[in-house]
Amino acid sequence: MEQREIVVIGGGPAGLSAALQAAHSGARVTIIEGEKRLGGQLIKQTHMFFGSHKQHAGTRGIDIATLLENELRALPNVEIILGATVLGYYYEDGALTIEDHEAFRLMIPKRLIVASGASEKFLAFPNNDLPGVYGAGAVQTLMNVYGVKPAQRVLMIGAGNIGLIVSYQLLQAGVEVAAVLEAAPQISGYLVHASKILRLGVPILTRHSIKEALGKHTVEGAIIHRLDDRWQPVPHSEQQITCDTICLAVGLSPLCDLLWQAGCAMQYIAELGGYVALRDEGMQTSVPGIYVAGDAAGVEEASAAMVEGSLAGLSAALSLGYNSPADEELTAELRQQLDDLRAGPGGAKIRSGLEKLHPTADNPKEVT
Amino acid sequence: MLPTASLAAVTPHQERLARGAVAIVECFQEIPCNPCATNCPSQAFALVSDINALPVLDWDKCIGCGICVACCPGLAIFIVDGSGEQGVVRLPYEFLPLPEVGATVLGVGRDGAAVCGATVLRVQNSPAQDRTPIIWLQVPPEHIMSVRHFKF
Amino acid sequence: MRLSNHPILTFRRGEKISFFFNGQPLEAYLGETIAASLHAAGIYHLSDSAEKHRARGFFCAIGQCSSCMMLVNGRPNVKTCTTLVKPGMVVESQQGKGQLPLWNNGK
Repeated sequence: MEQREIVVIGGGPAGLSAALQAAHSGARVTIIEGEKRLGGQLIKQTHMFFGSHKQHAGTRGIDIATLLENELRALPNVEIILGATVLGYYYEDGALTIEDHEAFRLMIPKRLIVASGASEKFLAFPNNDLPGVYGAGAVQTLMNVYGVKPAQRVLMIGAGNIGLIVSYQLLQAGVEVAAVLEAAPQISGYLVHASKILRLGVPILTRHSIKEALGKHTVEGAIIHRLDDRWQPVPHSEQQITCDTICLAVGLSPLCDLLWQAGCAMQYIAELGGYVALRDEGMQTSVPGIYVAGDAAGVEEASAAMVEGSLAGLSAALSLGYNSPADEELTAELRQQLDDLRAGPGGAKIRSGLEKLHPTADNPKEVT
Repeated sequence: MLPTASLAAVTPHQERLARGAVAIVECFQEIPCNPCATNCPSQAFALVSDINALPVLDWDKCIGCGICVACCPGLAIFIVDGSGEQGVVRLPYEFLPLPEVGATVLGVGRDGAAVCGATVLRVQNSPAQDRTPIIWLQVPPEHIMSVRHFKF
Repeated sequence: MRLSNHPILTFRRGEKISFFFNGQPLEAYLGETIAASLHAAGIYHLSDSAEKHRARGFFCAIGQCSSCMMLVNGRPNVKTCTTLVKPGMVVESQQGKGQLPLWNNGK
């Protein structure tokens, strides 16, 4: 049984920021990442980030990953475990079970920060299991991490930020984008992202959806159709699209299995992507000593994930007695950053989701 | 589809356009973002505490240097120059291959449709631009507010 | 097909190696996952589903969805989207659910 002070699960923007802050506060930190490198989804974000300079706005996601990793590796009180999967959390004795290169490890952390990210949502339509129906993140991994051309011609489903950004990145990799479909009456992603692909001649079809994928062993095309005001298909509005890949960018769900296992009070909040853990302002869940940050706490932009991570790292370190006179100011500053990031119309969904997040009769566990 | 009605609000008056290079900030949605304002060497953007506020550019302070073009995460800023006989549009271009100076290309509009022929005047790609090259296109003066991309 | 010139990224590939897909030798670069190497070789149909024998490819490419599982060096249910390719690796399409070796030879 290995004893640890603070264990951070997940080496993405939230986990890296949590580990950094906790380590800067003086705690001994262990960060566990399933992939062979740190960075999470940052390693495929070739675009410049929004936000302010505090969240590295204007810097590309890939470079933010490097910045955070270098900063973390320079700290002596940080242990980095790569290529290891946390399998479970056993609340009876507060133990994590970990598969690390085909060996089994048991670890007991004094504090646990869950920054496990999110998984891509799927969409129901005939032939959606054909090879060539890929998640938007998968396409990004292929082209931006491994430099493999993912397709010749893509049909993108979803005009949120991910669908728009990945479409732009596909065009940068020399892939044709046949169209971007959006079931809603308007583009839900940032308009500046939409403008980038519109001027490249990619049509964004709102109130459109995919009816079925075509092909025998792999995708050869798709039938799309228009939707009416009640989201029902408009008869005879079908169009056939030729494409070799159908890319799904229809949202993300928080990966919160470990939080369920730990007995954290959970609540379903559609605006945050699914079930999320109740937590206090310092990102502590209803189970004392367990914190959550980033997409695992509710699907949001990476800039907010980084700030949430810092907040969780700071709170966890503070609770272990690692404090400094500047902590109060830093906590207030981080909360202010989160409020600022969520203040605009784009943050309305997150704000409304977070407002719903509170203990109820079904979720009696008090969050203090 | 895009709120291009707001274009009027980001278009300087004729007299300013005729005076020389100026930034056109085609950012029409309040999103948490402010690198244009914090990186402007002329302090031409109003510095506001709310990072969601739309950028407000003082055209008289703007010197058309183009620093904001390469640092805008939304690639939504363009420099136009209506002072000469021929107009100039400078736009961000993150694609390969980069055009050759002197090449004739097809200027396209915000919807990707052809607007007019254009000549590449300059390809700006300094390390400070961090892989967002800026292409200077010479276009007929009446098209400086229309051309926002180009095709070979 | 692999990307060589990219406006933002520089790809640093490892040593060129070869591995086998259903008996056919294929080229790959160290550092790539099996699924990435197969995709670069134009192979998208990785396995077949257990019941209806429908074609299966990857979906998430980050080890979450299990759609990319194949037989690797005789071992079933290997997530090829996160498993790195190795020289001489024998990768085969998986038919059915795959069988793990029985403990103590089933005795």
